[in-house]
Amino acid sequence: MEITIIAETQENNLHSVTRQLVGAATSLGASPTILCANGIGADEAAGISGVGKVVSVNGDCFTTFDGGAWATAFDAAAGEGVIMGAATAQGRDVVSRIAARRGIPVVQDVVALSEGIKMTHPIYSGKAMQDVTVAGDCAMTLRANIFSAADDGGSAESSIVQQSGDVKIAVQEAIAKASERLDVTDADIIISGGRGMGGPENFDKLYSIADGLGAAVGASRAAVDAWDEIPHNMQVGQTGKTVNPSLYIAVGISGAIQHLAGMRTSKFIVAINKDPEAPIFKIADYGIVSTWEEALPVLASEIANLQ
Amino acid sequence: MFIEVSFVALNMVEIAVLLKQVPDTNAKIAILGGRVDESAVTSWVTSPYDEYALEAALQHIEAAGGSITAITLGPDRADKVLKDAAALGVTKLVRIWGDGWEDLDSNQVQFALVDAVRASGAELVYCGKQSADRNQGSTGPGVAEMLGAACVVEVSEFDASSSSYVRPASSGSEKVTVSSPAVITFSKTESDLRRPNVRGIMMSKKAQIDLVSSDVGSSQVNFNGDSSPAEKPPGKTFQGSDCIPEVVGLLRDEAKVL
Ligand SMILES: Cc1cc2nc3c(=O)[nH]c(=O)nc-3n(C[C@H](O)[C@H](O)[C@H](O)COP(=O)(O)OP(=O)(O)OC[C@H]3O[C@@H](n4cnc5c(N)ncnc54)[C@H](O)[C@@H]3O)c2cc1C
Ligand SMILES: Nc1ncnc2c1ncn2[C@@H]1O[C@H](COP(=O)(O)O)[C@@H](O)[C@H]1O
Repeated sequence: MEITIIAETQENNLHSVTRQLVGAATSLGASPTILCANGIGADEAAGISGVGKVVSVNGDCFTTFDGGAWATAFDAAAGEGVIMGAATAQGRDVVSRIAARRGIPVVQDVVALSEGIKMTHPIYSGKAMQDVTVAGDCAMTLRANIFSAADDGGSAESSIVQQSGDVKIAVQEAIAKASERLDVTDADIIISGGRGMGGPENFDKLYSIADGLGAAVGASRAAVDAWDEIPHNMQVGQTGKTVNPSLYIAVGISGAIQHLAGMRTSKFIVAINKDPEAPIFKIADYGIVSTWEEALPVLASEIANLQ
Repeated sequence: MFIEVSFVALNMVEIAVLLKQVPDTNAKIAILGGRVDESAVTSWVTSPYDEYALEAALQHIEAAGGSITAITLGPDRADKVLKDAAALGVTKLVRIWGDGWEDLDSNQVQFALVDAVRASGAELVYCGKQSADRNQGSTGPGVAEMLGAACVVEVSEFDASSSSYVRPASSGSEKVTVSSPAVITFSKTESDLRRPNVRGIMMSKKAQIDLVSSDVGSSQVNFNGDSSPAEKPPGKTFQGSDCIPEVVGLLRDEAKVL
C-alpha cells in the first residue's frame, strides 16, 4: 500500500509527531514517502527508519500558511493511496482539502489503525469511539502521542520538486504570544489551574512548578472567563485545546465534562482538589485531597529535589 | 470642537453560516446496538463553535450590510437550529436532508452543503472549526476546496472594520485578510453570544424554512460501530499534602512520567 505523509514541522525542524506518523505507516506494512514543505526537516526525515522516499516540495506558497495553496502543491507531489498527516489545525486543513480534491474520504484524529484500512477515532469529544473501514484510497490525520515513533536508522533517497499554489490569505500582522511560555498542545507535561486557584496571581505557583518540569500551564474555562490575565489560549477542553500529554496535573479544577473532553486521553492524570467528591477524581490516576495552598509548596520542593 | 467622522467603504456581503445540530455537550452519550443512541438524547443544541460563527456573521453584516443564509444538514429536529438563528434576525433558512442519510461520509456532507451554499449566492461561508459530535474539522476546508475558495481555519477574532481575522500561528497568532470567495472556520471568540429578544422569538415562530436535497452519491466509508471509551481503572486517592512526597516518588518510579 502506498502511503504519503505530510511532514509536520515546528519552526525549522521536523515536529516529533512526524516520526509517529512513520511508525503508524510502517505498522501497515508501508514504506511511506514523506513530503517536506520547502525541504524543512528533509534531512532528518531521510534518516528515519522505514521511510521509503523523502520529497522536498519547494514553492513560494510555503512562506505563510494557506491550506488551499499547500494542498495544491502537496497533492501534485503525492502519489495515489493513503494521504496521512498530523491532527493539528494545519494538518487537518491540508489533509481534508487533498481529500476533497481527490474525492476520497477523510478521517481525522485517528487513535487506532490497522490493515483493512480500519480506523478508530473519538466522537462526541471522546465520550464515544467510532470504528470505520475504508476500502479504497483515503486521507487521514493521526492524533499525536498515540502511535509509537519510528527510530533513526534509515537512509531514504531524497529528491526535490517545485510545486506551488495560489496564495489567497495575506498575513497583515503577527501578534506575539502573550507570553513566551510553552503552549499546552506542545507540552509533554501540563499543570492546569481552575477557579479553585482563587485568583490569577496564584497561577505564579503553577508557573514556577512548570518551569522546573519544562511543563506548560493550562486552565479551565471558568478560570479563563473569570480572569483577564489568563488568556483563552491556555484553555483546555471542549471549547479550548485538546491535549494529550504524558502527565496532566489538574489543580482546583472540578472536572466538568467539557474540561475532560480536552484532556481525558492524557496518559497519566493527577488531581489536587479540596473536595473529595469532585468529579475530576473519577478520571485521576492519583487524586490528592488537599487545598492547593497546602499542596503546591510541597509539590514544588519535591520536584526540585528530583533534579 | 470638531468631531471627525470617517466613513469606511464596505461592500455588502452575502454570508452562508453552516449550523449543525448536536446533543447538548452535557448529555451522556449512550451506546445501543453498537451505535450511539441518539434517541436517548433529550436536549439538542447548535454546535458550540457554530454559534461563534453565527455571531461573527451577524457582526459582519451589521458593519457592512448584506444578509445571512443559515444552512443545516440534518433531520426534522434540526429545524430548531435554524429557528434559533431566525430569532437572532437571520431570514434565509435552509435545511438539507435526504432518505437514508444517517451515515453520510465527509465528502457527501460537503457535496450537499456546497450545493446549498452555491444556491444561496454567498461569497463568504462561516462555520465552526469542529462539530461537537463528529469532531472532524474537515467540513470547512473541504467545502472551500469544492468551491475553489480560500479557507482560514480556527479563527478567534473577527474585525468588521478591516474585514480581518485572527488565527493561531506558531509565533502566537496573526491577523490575516483573505480574498473572496472564502470559508472561515471559527474557534471560540471573545464575543459574547447575543440572546434573542421577545420580538425575535415571535418572528422565528413564523420563519420559513426551505427544505432541499442533493445527489450525494454513495458512501465510501463503512461505519463498523461505536463503542464507549475504555474505562479507566479507579485511581489511587491520597489524603492531604503529607502524601505528596510519596505521590512524586510514584510518578517517577511507577508511572515513569517524571
Ligand atoms: C458549551 C460549553 C463549553 C465549555 N467548554 C469548556 C472548556 O473548553 N474547558 C473547560 O474547562 N470548561 C468548559 N466549559 C465549562 C465547564 O462546564 C465548567 O464550568 C468549567 O470547566 C469549570 O471550571 P473549574 O473546574 O475551574 O471551576 P469549578 O467548577 O468552579 O471548580 C473549582 C474546583 O476547585 C476546587 N477548589 C476550590 N478551592 C480550592 C482550593 N483552595 N484548593 C483546591 N481545590 C479547590 C473546588 O472543590 C472545585 O472542584 C464549557 C461549558 C459549556 C456549556
Ligand atoms: N450537517 C451539518 N450541517 C451544517 N453544518 C455542518 C454540518 N456538518 C458540519 N457542519 C459545519 O462544519 C463544521 C465542522 O464540522 P466537522 O467537519 O464535522 O468537524 C461544523 O462546526 C459546522 O459549522
